[in-house]
Amino acid sequence: MSALAQPATPLILDASGIVKRFGGFTALDGVDFTVRPGERVGLIGPNGSGKSTFVNCITGALVPEAGRVLFEGADVTRLSAHRRARLGLARSFQIPRPFKGMTIRENIEIPLTFAAGEASRRRSAERAGEILHSVGLGTRAADLPASLSQVELRRLELGRALAANPRLLIADEAMAGLSDSEVDEILELLVRLNGEGIAVILIEHIMRAVTGFCERIVVLVAGKKIADGAAAEVMRHPDVERAYLGQ
Amino acid sequence: MSMELFGNALLSGLLLGGFYAAVAVGITIAFGMLDIVNIAHPAFIMLGAFVAYWLNVEYGLDPLLAALIAAPFAYLLGRGLYRYYNGVFERRSDDSLQGLAFFFGLLFVVEVSLLLVFGVDYRFVSAPYIGPSLTLGDYSVPYRMLVPFLAGLGVVALIALYLGRTFTGRAILAVSQDPGALRLVGGNPIKIKEAAFGLSIATAMLAGALLVIIQPIEPSMGREFIGRAFAICVLGGMTSLLGTVVAGAILGIAEAMTTTYVGAAWGPAVSFGLLLVTLAVRPSGIFGR
Amino acid sequence: MSSLSTPYVEDRRGGLPRTLVWLALAAAIGVVLFTVLGRFNSEYAYLAAYGVLQYVVLATGWNILGGYAGYVNFGAAGFYALGVYGSVFLYKLFPDLPVPVMVLVAAGVGALFGLGMGYLTLRLRGVFFSIGTLALSVILHTVIVNWEFVGGARGAYIIRPEEAPVLGSYAAYLCLLMFVLAVIAVAIARTVQHSWLGRGLAAIRDDETAAECSGVASLKLKLAATSLSGAVLAMAGAPFPFFITYVDPATAFSLTVAVNTIAMPVIGGMATWIGPVVGAVLIGSLQQLATVTISSSANLLIVGLLLVVFTSIAPFGIMGLLSRRRRNVR
Repeated sequence: MSALAQPATPLILDASGIVKRFGGFTALDGVDFTVRPGERVGLIGPNGSGKSTFVNCITGALVPEAGRVLFEGADVTRLSAHRRARLGLARSFQIPRPFKGMTIRENIEIPLTFAAGEASRRRSAERAGEILHSVGLGTRAADLPASLSQVELRRLELGRALAANPRLLIADEAMAGLSDSEVDEILELLVRLNGEGIAVILIEHIMRAVTGFCERIVVLVAGKKIADGAAAEVMRHPDVERAYLGQ
Repeated sequence: MSMELFGNALLSGLLLGGFYAAVAVGITIAFGMLDIVNIAHPAFIMLGAFVAYWLNVEYGLDPLLAALIAAPFAYLLGRGLYRYYNGVFERRSDDSLQGLAFFFGLLFVVEVSLLLVFGVDYRFVSAPYIGPSLTLGDYSVPYRMLVPFLAGLGVVALIALYLGRTFTGRAILAVSQDPGALRLVGGNPIKIKEAAFGLSIATAMLAGALLVIIQPIEPSMGREFIGRAFAICVLGGMTSLLGTVVAGAILGIAEAMTTTYVGAAWGPAVSFGLLLVTLAVRPSGIFGR
Repeated sequence: MSSLSTPYVEDRRGGLPRTLVWLALAAAIGVVLFTVLGRFNSEYAYLAAYGVLQYVVLATGWNILGGYAGYVNFGAAGFYALGVYGSVFLYKLFPDLPVPVMVLVAAGVGALFGLGMGYLTLRLRGVFFSIGTLALSVILHTVIVNWEFVGGARGAYIIRPEEAPVLGSYAAYLCLLMFVLAVIAVAIARTVQHSWLGRGLAAIRDDETAAECSGVASLKLKLAATSLSGAVLAMAGAPFPFFITYVDPATAFSLTVAVNTIAMPVIGGMATWIGPVVGAVLIGSLQQLATVTISSSANLLIVGLLLVVFTSIAPFGIMGLLSRRRRNVR
């Protein structure tokens, strides 16, 4: 991207030319991806297209072979995951990964202490209560994760991401396996978080959720970006139709 | 430093390496391919050594033949052990730490049981190839080293054939790369892993027989092989059988050189030193990706 | 807000008074213990008490890393021997150095070794750390066997001072020292457990990736735990040469130490500081009895079997069996 093409609004996330290989297999082949502050972006693609690998390169679980990741203008390409979390980059996991030995409240308090830097235990407990309330787990604070239902675990995932005080939230298949009404619950929650100014990257197979929620959609196929634009346009794109219908 | 001394060290190291490949191949299968940290593997090697000793002393069986007879039983033992491990630890969410402690406990249970049955005295076997040597020019190669070398390489070669050519073997390789992949084509990864772990324990039985051919045995010797087996597995790149053979040779030569030029008392540190250096410098091993 | 479900709030309310209560309790136990020991007034009573207390220190030290963070250290005997031979080395140089000073030196050396060990292996998966610790222990063993200055394979004799600073007999003095070390070890473990470090380690134990994504600097925290754990383990070994007056590598790198140090926390329960203490007192006392009545190899067999049984059916140990919720005891 040349200097002339600099967008008017500063980007919250600017990943360019991301390449990731596993042995001889190229999982990501020069992917560019940007997010503006407060934007809602969908990332879609068939299984194995590199979505998860891309998320891992953004959040710091993997280091790409080439390319760079800018977060709010700062180069974070080689920064560890916990430092990115502290800068305001949070994620939820495709398969919920709660801290099993801790109560729901303690689960929320970990990112509050370690990512959001809340040193006072009293304020941390209060803030945890607020977050649990906002994700609809207010009454479950003292329970263990094992007692939660699937949709409640997804809520805990989002609550834990929220507790890190993020500027950008990556929701990795936060709705997979949920019923229609449960999908709506999670969508409602994401809309509310976005309303508080948090940019959201939604990685999802449920197209109704993606098209309903996202302003912009990026399509990844076999490690390459094949489309990037307004939701309605992208869904009509011939390559996207082929990738989805042709399999 | 004389050339002959060096040549002898190199040769005996290389021969030792073939035996070490047999010691480590079980760890390559269990740890490298199945992700089961069977730290008790060396105890099963000792079990195999004592079974070979017992069959040799009681019934006059050749140690290698004894190992072949015992191997199917070891295979079944391995299958049973995996079934237990899977049922208790792999299905439990926080299994890794507990599983490790479990195998650590098992290591001592097997070792002390052998100690209580056979005592602390050194035990040895008799076979026609223990004693004489093959003379090659300036060098003499004792058959008690040559036989384990060839048998060790043979075991690894057979396993390579099995993994490459049979359905179960290919399924084991598939499971080692991606446990989910096999389920897609309708295989049961648990059954496959069970077979592979059985194979791993069966190799321990054979390695044990090779050990008792090379030297007299006592129960606590097994612990020396923890470092060797894991060093070879890691250095060889975790899942590579060729890597296991090459790393076995490297360790064998390194130990022989250390014994020759530094002193036998430094021997035990060689494998673990090699392991630490590998972990620090190139954790993916020489044949790793 | 229920105080049962919010331990941090409970802690804040406790603070200094709780610590004072805790110290008073420790002092009371000490007074009772040494009064009873004084009544027996036999070397054997002190020997047995020293053994059990030493295991309280070892199990507690091991648990700071193994229990809180879930990283299994197989090299406990190596760290212990580091303390033992640290004292032998210092004794050869400065025979009159007081034992508590040697304990401090051992703690420092243990912490450094723990840190080095961590740097080598903690970036990799947990099991490589475990194998690495085993490696460290064997390499140390080999070095000691070949190091003539500290006695090599033959071992080293220590002549302890005629007079003990307190309690009259030297065995009683060392026993008291070990009691103080046990109190210090438990205090460290308890402080870590309740601090942000303990909570971070607990997150790492439950799910390291999720912990990183929640802002937990996992490597830094693990290195802190490895150093603390190494320091406590080495500390436990430092008085030992003066206790038995002759050490060789086989005693210092004892198999019993290696097995017990892992078995006691696993059997007692690893999630809190109390589990290792319970495990050490129970198994340690049992072994003191068993060594007299049965053989020492049968002793090892029993511990091995207990380890296999407990990991299989009671993953949270005795404390887990006692409390429905595994992190109840604080």
